[in-house]
Amino acid sequence: MSVKAVVAADVTERNRKANAVAFGVMVALIAIAPFVAYPFFIMQALCFALFACAFNLLIGYVNLLSLGHAMFLGLASYVCAHAAKVWGLEPVSAIAIGVLAAGALGFLTGALAIRSSGIYFAMITVAFSQMVYFFCVEAPFTHGEDGIQAVPQGRALGLFDLSNPWILYVFVAIVFLFGFLSIQRIVNSPFGEILKAIRENEPRVVSLGYRSMQYKLAAFTLSAALAGLAGATKAIVAQNASLTDVSFAMSGEVVLMTLVGGMGTFYGPVLGALIVVSMQNYLAQFGEWVTVIQGVVFVACVLAFRRGIVGELAARAKISL
Amino acid sequence: MADAALASRPAPSSAAVLRVKGLQAWYNESHILHGVDLDVREGEVVTLLGRNGAGKTTTLKAIMGIVGKRTGSVMFRDCELVGLSIERIARLGVALCPEERAVFASLTVKENLFLPPQIAKVGGMTVQQIYALFPNLRERLTSGGGKLSGGEQQMLAIARILRTGARFLMLDEPTEGLAPVIIQQIGRTIAELKREGFTILLVEQNFRFASTLADRFFVMEHGRIIDAFSNAELAGKMDMLHEALGV
Amino acid sequence: MTIFGHVISWPQLYGQLLIGLINGSFYALLSLGLAVIFGMLTIVNFAHGAFYMMGAFGAYFLLQLAGLNYWWALVLSPLIIGAVGALVERLFLKRLAGFDPLYSLLLTFGLALIFQGLFQNYFGASGMPYAIPKQLSGAYNLGFMFLPVYRGWVIVASMVVCFGTWLVIEKTKLGAYLRAGTENPTMVRAFGINVPRMVTLTYAFGVALAAFAGVLAAPINQVRPGMGADIIAVVFAVVVIGGMGSILGSILTGFVLGVVEGLTKVFYPEASNTVVFVIMAIVLLIRPAGLFGRTA
Repeated sequence: MSVKAVVAADVTERNRKANAVAFGVMVALIAIAPFVAYPFFIMQALCFALFACAFNLLIGYVNLLSLGHAMFLGLASYVCAHAAKVWGLEPVSAIAIGVLAAGALGFLTGALAIRSSGIYFAMITVAFSQMVYFFCVEAPFTHGEDGIQAVPQGRALGLFDLSNPWILYVFVAIVFLFGFLSIQRIVNSPFGEILKAIRENEPRVVSLGYRSMQYKLAAFTLSAALAGLAGATKAIVAQNASLTDVSFAMSGEVVLMTLVGGMGTFYGPVLGALIVVSMQNYLAQFGEWVTVIQGVVFVACVLAFRRGIVGELAARAKISL
Repeated sequence: MADAALASRPAPSSAAVLRVKGLQAWYNESHILHGVDLDVREGEVVTLLGRNGAGKTTTLKAIMGIVGKRTGSVMFRDCELVGLSIERIARLGVALCPEERAVFASLTVKENLFLPPQIAKVGGMTVQQIYALFPNLRERLTSGGGKLSGGEQQMLAIARILRTGARFLMLDEPTEGLAPVIIQQIGRTIAELKREGFTILLVEQNFRFASTLADRFFVMEHGRIIDAFSNAELAGKMDMLHEALGV
Repeated sequence: MTIFGHVISWPQLYGQLLIGLINGSFYALLSLGLAVIFGMLTIVNFAHGAFYMMGAFGAYFLLQLAGLNYWWALVLSPLIIGAVGALVERLFLKRLAGFDPLYSLLLTFGLALIFQGLFQNYFGASGMPYAIPKQLSGAYNLGFMFLPVYRGWVIVASMVVCFGTWLVIEKTKLGAYLRAGTENPTMVRAFGINVPRMVTLTYAFGVALAAFAGVLAAPINQVRPGMGADIIAVVFAVVVIGGMGSILGSILTGFVLGVVEGLTKVFYPEASNTVVFVIMAIVLLIRPAGLFGRTA
């Protein structure tokens, strides 16, 4: 083997080991966490972490900035809450319907938005998410300002009583890990390789015969569905769905989480979500200062810290996380 | 020795307007110029010859400050240009007519012509003089810049730097892609500019065209100067040129 | 009379048309500012709504703290907010100029959060009142409807500013520098023009346009921290519909969509919030680059 090939194989081996370690650490932390912090807080963090991972799939690997991603989180949240409360579905089915709703919305908006360049794309996502927000304000089933309250937690698959906090925690952890691993699978699959190629040099990929639009649309729909998974699960955990879930602020937060954690890394969004959710908890007493501080962190990251925490660490260690 | 003494005195015909020493330049990661040395004296027409990719255009751009990174020395009269911004260099009296002509399509011919600001109180041609030199431009004043033919665009690109008062002109392949009749017209124009006392650094692949105008030649290959000679020595250099330029 | 099954009166119709034209005025001013900034800097200024809001607050502060009335505010607020914009460009956007435009976008997004958060902190969600200036109060009786003087003023003022801007950009030497700088900034620098400074001033001008719209809005819409965020999504939709290739296109699209929105409120009020977005979806289907846009 040539020197270059040996080095490359070495890097892949280091990558594999680093990723295995990181995954192990993450699972361990998830296992220990409820004994150290409020389980409810951790579950919320896990939902947001999944949300951030879904968002990151788009920006990190397809280079599409969606500034309205809350529409997927929120719509799924409402649909799942409604399905569980009004239609009496058990949580897994309710969540599944929420995911389908988010995926469908993703497909529709994506089909319209994807043909536009990055700049217009971001603006279109803002416009569509505002549309969804208005819809949620006015649609009868969402109950407007009140939101959907008292969502039953029910029995998952008819077997597991989710009102038991321990069972709920395991359930949420499983959902999160499922989503996380799915994203890893997608990114490391042939489909993911083409997405990354499109990010590097789209005209080239097109000239090779790939319909790049279809790939981008598929990625967008997947990202929407996974964000929906996060939103639907959150509805079961928090037992409500409200306008905050579809708000512009929520869309901004997921961008912040991913930026702070590290765009284009697997573990960055997870870490970023944890940091931002913790920040919000501790700073809740300062009221509106939270928004200002978030904005400052945002600006600071964009100016000086573009790779985010995990991105920075990974770059130094010359691995990819 | 004698040259150095001459260069430091403001002697009219042999004062160096431009002195490039050890100029290296990079575009991103690509190292294009590997140490270029040349000089241009007052009132001269100096031609930079070389194949495609030899680094001629990059040399002009490096003098103007339009490359990513450059090291070495570019003395324009008494000023060191390396380290200055593009605007500063232009305002010192250096004018570039680029290979792609860069006529602004979103401006009319008139707006294009009057865009470059006066950088010196004296030395610029008057509008009348320019119309005398380029009569067909006067007829096309209100046309959009993008609607001109190749030859007209070249005329406009040259015309607009003449108003400014810059006395040192860098022309990058002015005859490229033009019909023989237009090439002759451009040749006459450059000859007229030389008569008016402009100092010109000309980049050309068409060395037959250049040979009628140039006082001295520099030959470039792979980002370096491989030869320098005067017009009088041209005849003896034909073999070397056939090799270096592939003509 | 009955149109499309709705019973409405002519005054009602004219009233809504008027409101539509007023909203259209704001859409036009804001999308013009965005287009000018985009042309020169190739970034979408996500902080545009925040600057609009700060323009309105500028008028409020000028009155409260310095006793300067509306007419002063019309000139001073855009100047001050424009100066803030120049600072933002110099300190932050310039630094990101060489990178992926994504980062500049994110930066303006973060700035919008900061600005809005700051104002929301001090003023809460409720609005500060700002009175219509005496000279513009009252209404004209046009026979077929009453035209409140201030509303007529808003429409006239924004049309004048919009078309004035268009005139300067398309027909003057200053505009020639702008257009050339948009097309080929390096070449313009090679002529000795300080393009970096021109970029800063262009951003400041776009921001000043937003602030001007804010001052116009203050007596009508109340001065609220959330007013920028409320309007920016629609303005983005307007910009996507018009495409950012043409200055005139942005202006026209703004006014027309405002009127369309107003008319929708008469005939189909439930859809009035979302009609602009629906139109955006339709335009995206048939002409993704926008009605006046230039395909890249």
